[in-house]
Amino acid sequence: MTDEIHLLLPPGGQDWSSIEEYKKNDGYEGAEKALKSMPPEDVLEEVKASGLRGRGGAGFSTGTKWSFLPKDGRRPRYIACNADESEPGTFKDRQILERNPHKLIEGLLIAAWANTIDAAYVYVRGEYRGPYEKFVNAVEEARAAGYLGKNILGSGLDFDIFVHRGAGAYICGEETGLMESLEGRKGQPRKRPPFPAVSGLWKQPTVINNVESMSHVPHIISKGSEFFKSIGKEKSTGTTIFGVSGQVMKPGTYELPLGVPLREIIFEHAGGLLPGRSLKAVIPGGVSMPVLTAEMAMEVDMDHDTLQKAGTLLGTGAIVVMDDTACVVRAAIAISRFFRHESCGQCTQCREGTGWLHKLAMSVEAGTATHADLDTMDEVTSFMEGHTICALSDAAAWGTGWFVRRFRSDFEAHIEHGGCPLEGVSFEI
Amino acid sequence: MTAEPAAVAPVMPAALRERIVAEFPKYPEKRAVLLTALHFVQETFEGWIPKEVVPEIAEVLELKEIEVWEVIYFYAMFNSERVGRCHIRVCTNLSCCLRGARGIMTRLEETLALRPGEVTPDGNFSVAGVECLGSCGTAPVIQVNNEVYRENLSEDDLPGLIEELRARLASQDAAKEGTE
Repeated sequence: MTDEIHLLLPPGGQDWSSIEEYKKNDGYEGAEKALKSMPPEDVLEEVKASGLRGRGGAGFSTGTKWSFLPKDGRRPRYIACNADESEPGTFKDRQILERNPHKLIEGLLIAAWANTIDAAYVYVRGEYRGPYEKFVNAVEEARAAGYLGKNILGSGLDFDIFVHRGAGAYICGEETGLMESLEGRKGQPRKRPPFPAVSGLWKQPTVINNVESMSHVPHIISKGSEFFKSIGKEKSTGTTIFGVSGQVMKPGTYELPLGVPLREIIFEHAGGLLPGRSLKAVIPGGVSMPVLTAEMAMEVDMDHDTLQKAGTLLGTGAIVVMDDTACVVRAAIAISRFFRHESCGQCTQCREGTGWLHKLAMSVEAGTATHADLDTMDEVTSFMEGHTICALSDAAAWGTGWFVRRFRSDFEAHIEHGGCPLEGVSFEI
Repeated sequence: MTAEPAAVAPVMPAALRERIVAEFPKYPEKRAVLLTALHFVQETFEGWIPKEVVPEIAEVLELKEIEVWEVIYFYAMFNSERVGRCHIRVCTNLSCCLRGARGIMTRLEETLALRPGEVTPDGNFSVAGVECLGSCGTAPVIQVNNEVYRENLSEDDLPGLIEELRARLASQDAAKEGTE
């Protein structure tokens, strides 16, 4: 079994949320090194060289994203840090905010140095009361210790972090939806271009990264990009926090190198299935990512390339496991209902399509659907993909559509049976 | 049985206004404080936003009332109708349902004799099924008001939880009477 590697999360469930505990465990060494001995360009190059890819779902190169910031001297420049974790299955950033918040603060500080940033806004989902308080407390400690404020570590950098609470809207995890929300509006995504690097928060140059992506920066700087690249696979470097939920013995978070086999995560780290059950379906990266059948799930490694070849994506590394008692149509209902609820309503394809998919999935479960309805579901997803301002529509289409495609016989069984063949056996929604 | 909950004067107390104004220096524009201000309002007015407060929020933040309303209606955490003093959100998305969230929801509805969207006649409880709370590894999960989550719940935990909340409300009422 692959050992857990503790770059992001303290070992053994420890809590390093206090600055004393964090510093005892090499905390702020990366920031000291960067601000005292590395020119900003070298920091940027090191992050690029590490191969770090964003951990918020899209997997874009963090260093490349930073390099899109204009070099025209326009100020202020901002970081927007995305802690609006809310895709079903995803609960990893919370672990960092609660148990290792200074890791994120240090990552933000180094990013501020590398990119000449004036302030960072960390957007924490509104329901995360516990993580919010832990993080706010850590920010105050960091400010008192001189890691935030004026002329940090004598470098000449003035930088501060502000913590902002969301109020329950998944779409605010979309980068421009987040910015609209932070500015005090409905979280409706913006058209691009202009991209946030050029015109982000308050139309100023803005870097936006996920909590976990930023939290990798301290050890990339303190231990070097070669160290980071030595973990994981060539195009999927470093560790990530896999969140395992659903029908396994030990749901929870496991920090492992990218590229570990999905089978190993489910059957070893997460303790396997409940007694007497067999595997039915696995969502590998949050409910927007195409679901895998049991056979597919047993074959794949959890890195970007392998998953893409297998017809899905890594997403947030949030693994949802369903066993043979689970009705996949009910899963499709839960997922389509989620996207219907969370669609911001700007684009017709998404606003109407998400509702359509949910209603059709409900009719399949109720036994009132026809075979033609399954074809309609497929058709609906095709006009939802690639036609909207943001990717929520695509996410909704993949999340539901791939259940129909990969479990068509289960959907058809509902039609033949006039209802759910697993009634009384399956989980309820 | 307690009488109809006393109407809270729907005017922003000075302390609330000061708390909102104190957030201004964090942002280049006052408008950015809107979500924070609405959270503060809910904390002040037992978990919801009385409509009489909206013009005052708009005035403090230099917005039109409609700009406040559209934000209230957009975000799931903002309640434009009165909720129970203990408003219980039950996560009902996939990971929680795979581990029994529907049973939690049903048991709560039975125990409190109410449906989602309703408030108990004493004004103390309401229940809502909500989308993912981001605590899938410790499912099923609920959140009471804006407190720290209650995780790894089972249906058997619910009677004790309701008792705990009832006792807390009773002691809040006793404290209130003491000060009046």
